[in-house]
Order: sequence, then C-alpha cells, then structure tokens
Amino acid sequence: MSTPALPLKQRTPVRPARILLHTFLIVTSLAWLAPLLWALFAALRPYSETSEKGYVSWPDKLSLDNFTNAFTQSDMTHYFGNTLLIAVPAVLLTLFLSSCVAFYVSRFDFRVNLFLLLVFTAGNLLPQQVIITPLYRLYLLVDLPGITMSGKLYDSALGLVLIHVAFQSGFCAFVLSNYMRSLPHELTEAALVDGASVWRLYWQIVLPLCKPAMAALATLLSIWIYNDFFWAIVLISTGENMPITSALNNLSGQYFTDPNLVAAGALLTAIPTLIVYFALQRQFVSGLTLGANKG
Amino acid sequence: MTIDVTKTREAATVPPPGNASPKKRVPQGHRRLLTRRDRLTLGLMAGVPTILHVTLVWVTALASIALAFTTWDGIGFDSIKWVGLDNFKELFTNNPQFWPAVQHNVIWFVVLILIPTPLGLFLAVQLDKNIRFSRVYQTAYFLPVVVSLAVTGFVWQLVYNPDTGLINSIIGANKPGHYIDWIGDPHLNLWAILVAACWRHTGYMMILYLAGLKGVDPSLREASSLDGANEWQTFKNVVFPTLRPTNTVVLVVTIIEALRAFDLVFVFNKGAQGTELLSILVTNNIIGESSRIGYGSAIAVVLLVISLAVIIPYLISTFRKERSA
Repeated sequence: MSTPALPLKQRTPVRPARILLHTFLIVTSLAWLAPLLWALFAALRPYSETSEKGYVSWPDKLSLDNFTNAFTQSDMTHYFGNTLLIAVPAVLLTLFLSSCVAFYVSRFDFRVNLFLLLVFTAGNLLPQQVIITPLYRLYLLVDLPGITMSGKLYDSALGLVLIHVAFQSGFCAFVLSNYMRSLPHELTEAALVDGASVWRLYWQIVLPLCKPAMAALATLLSIWIYNDFFWAIVLISTGENMPITSALNNLSGQYFTDPNLVAAGALLTAIPTLIVYFALQRQFVSGLTLGANKG
Repeated sequence: MTIDVTKTREAATVPPPGNASPKKRVPQGHRRLLTRRDRLTLGLMAGVPTILHVTLVWVTALASIALAFTTWDGIGFDSIKWVGLDNFKELFTNNPQFWPAVQHNVIWFVVLILIPTPLGLFLAVQLDKNIRFSRVYQTAYFLPVVVSLAVTGFVWQLVYNPDTGLINSIIGANKPGHYIDWIGDPHLNLWAILVAACWRHTGYMMILYLAGLKGVDPSLREASSLDGANEWQTFKNVVFPTLRPTNTVVLVVTIIEALRAFDLVFVFNKGAQGTELLSILVTNNIIGESSRIGYGSAIAVVLLVISLAVIIPYLISTFRKERSA
C-alpha cells in the first residue's frame, strides 16, 4: 500500500538478471519472426538464383519481382475483392445481430435470457467440422436462382456470409451482453418510463455506449473472417469465387515448382491482416481478452 | 405480438435450471411499459439472430447426429437408409485412420498444453514487468496469431521443404538421398506441424495471460515481497492462484483448438499418412471423391461428444458465477 515502495522497486532492477532476460527475449522473438523473415527473404529472390546457389546463400540482388508477379499472374485483386464481398457484410451483420440479441438478454428480464445466451455461447465453441456435413447438403439444397452466381447457397458469397454471421454471433452476443449488463439500469429505465420505444433505447442509448466493445469485436471479426480457410474450402467450389486465403491454396498448387513465388503470394495475403493489426492493435488485443477475462 | 406469445410460452416450458432466484435487472413491472410495437421489435431483435444461429449451427449439429445412424450417398433423399450403429461399428473397428486421428488430436492437445501454454505464461510474466521494448517483443510473439493458419502453413513449408527448406539447408540434409522429409515422413510430419502450431499458440496464450495478470491486485504482490518472498515464491503462492479464471479459459481454448485443428494440416499434406485428424477425416468425406455422408457424420458426432464434454461443464460454471456475481 505504501506508495514510495513502488517507484523504488522499479528503479532497482537486478542488472545481470535483466540483461539475461533481455537476451532471452531478443533471441526468442527473433526465433519467432524467423519463419516470416525466411519467407520474405525467399520471396525477394528470383527462383533461378536460388535454384542455382541454394536458398541459404548470399543474394545477388533482391527485388520485388515475385511480389508483382504473384499479384498480377494470379489475379489477386479479384480474390481480395471476393474477400471484401464476404467480410464486410459478415462483420457488419454479425455486430448488428449479436448486439440485438445482447440487448434483449441483458436489458430485460425475460426468462429465456439465460437459455438463449447459453445456446449462442455454446454454439460458437463447437468445432466447425461438427456441423459441416449437413450444412454442405443444406447449401446444395437451397436454390437461389438469380440471387447468387451459382444459383444456390452453395458456392456463393452469400452462403459464406450467412455461416460466418451465424457462427460468430455466438461469441459476440456473449461479449456484448456482458458489456451491456455493466451499463447502469437507470439509463434505460428512465427512458422507458418517459415513453421511449425499445428501438430507440437500443439504437440511441445502449449502442453508442457500446462503441469500445464494438470496435474491439469489429477488429477481431475482420481478422477472423478474412483468415477463414475452412468454410471457404468446403462451401466454395469454383476457383473464381474463392476468397483470398483459399485461392492461395490453388495458387500454390499451380506454382508449386516456384516456392519463391508462393512465398510472395503468402506474404501478400497476410498484408491486410498485418495492417489491421498494427493500426488497431489495442482494439484487437482487448477484443481477444474481452471474452476471456470473464470466465 | 405472436412472436412474443411464443417467447413467453417457451419461457414457461423451458425454465433455465435453477433460475428461481433471478437477479433483478429491469423490474418486472416495467414489462408492462412495453407497447405492442415494442414487443414486436424485441421479438424480431432476438428472433432473427436466433433463427439464423439455431438453424445453421444447432439444427445442423442435430442433423449430424441423425445422419450418423444412416447411410446416404447424397443423391436424392430416398437413398437415405437407417443403419443403426453400423457407421460407428465400422469407424471403431474397421477404419485404419480413425484411431490414429483420435490419438493425434490427443497429442495435439497434450503438446499445446505442455509447451506453448507454460511458455506463453512465462513470457507474459516477463513482459508484465514493464521492461523496456516490451511492446516490440509482444508484437513479435503475437504476429503468428494475426497471420492466418493457412498462410502459416505455406510459410512453414518453406522452412520444412526437403531440398530447398531452411532446416535441411542449414543442417546439410538437402542432398538427394540424404533428405530428411519433414512433410512426407509419417514419423516426423505430425511433430513438424506441431512446431508450427506451437509457434502460433504461444502468442495467443501470452495475450490471455497478460490480460489475466493485469487483473492481479498489485498490493498483493507488494505485500508478498515485503514479507520477503522472492520472485518465484511470489509467483507460485500469490500470482498464480489468482490466475485461476484465466487458466480455465486457457484450458478450454486449448482443448477446442486441438479439436478444431485443420488448416495447417490441410495445407501441409491434406492429412495424409501420419497427420490424420478427426476434422480432416470429416472434411475428406465431403470434398473427397467418396461422398459417404452417414459415415462422415459419425466422425462428426464423435467430435461433437468430445467437445460437449468440455463445453457444457465450462458454460455451467461460467454462467453460475455470472448469475451469483
């Protein structure tokens, strides 16, 4: 409790131990970056050079050729576009729908609340493979002529959006309901007595207060949905319709003889997530721990 | 209005167990303040997301259970035939990939809990000391969590590639005939993939523990060091016990991750020899040539049962705590 003890403790680090600790942290963090740096190194060199001199060799010249080639030859903009088409609606819809559920279960005293929240939370914890077989069949069954390119829910961006929303809203509903529960009750009670509609309570009072949690979840969801591989691999069959991560899988099959090009493609694919992470680091990390702290 | 009626009826028939002492949120009387329109709005707000979630997640999970007792080639509904426990019998006794897959899922969990978890905890404890460059280190460990598992798979292939990979090039095992085939050798490939999985899991665990450590009351630590405890004693007797909620989350997250493991293996070798996993077996039954839906569902049911055995106790304890909080 004594305040002077605190700065004192911080000012007297045990020197040799600190140096040892920093050495350890530097070595391990370099080891952690090594695979990514190795991929970068390979991607910066032409295949002809590495095949001749071996991969562990001094580079003659480094160039961005592999990156430009991967970008143009494989039509990456198209696949990035596919991903945007899936991720943007999926993130927005997930946030909207899960905040609705969270509002319902956290601000009102219905008896289904706990059960409803359990259903959502448990659903998100299931491994995706548990539901994929019937889902795949269901997607093949649903005809949507004229609405999707494939005429079905299967092999369409819409299908991926729906499953992302359904699956991720479990986690978001749980997090947001915890968040909304911590808002003072007087806030909505008073408005309700004054005759405000339920929708106004949600849209004008509760939702604006949830901005920090929503921002954190939005960051997290964008990265998760962008990174999705499984749903896209199973529910999309046409290469043209694939989002970027699963398209990369095709690309590597096509260019497997040139690992340097594949490395460049893989790194290009990772760039958007890295940008989001570095720009919104705080939101991302707090999002990850929003659900975890509660447990 | 109709939506609301069904909601309240549902409430009457399915009371959550032990909900007899509800903590008051909005007092009961306020429900009377809700107009007809409000009730409709509320019904839609809860109804639409619930229908979407329940249809795509829970109804399909139940359908998996039902299909597990049938055989179906997927062409037309009339080819669905009830076969009782046959799928499971065949799975348990006659599938050369099933038990290895179960074993690999278990190994996956054991490795994740024994290596990256303590390492993540250790790193979190160090970085929590407010040392210099803490942010930089944190970013380095955490970067693999941000990059997708599929991309991670490609990156690690560059490391493991027999003739061009980093490891073989360094240890000189990249000459034909002297290869160490990290990806192809069924005795090695699972471990090679697990290294990549650990690489990623460590950062995740570190962040969870960092968040947990922020919640530890600093006065506890101070009191402990005033009592003359050294760093290790303080950690063991004071800090670690307060991390209990985080440990529970870490355990659940790790089990679920081990059951969900898919992307890395799929990118590496599609779960061929040596890297079979339950998730891969399910998927192979769908996107492979053979469309054995009942059989694939039976594997999914095994996965479902294991996951529920973890999820249910976890949720019960979480929600119990929340209600009493």
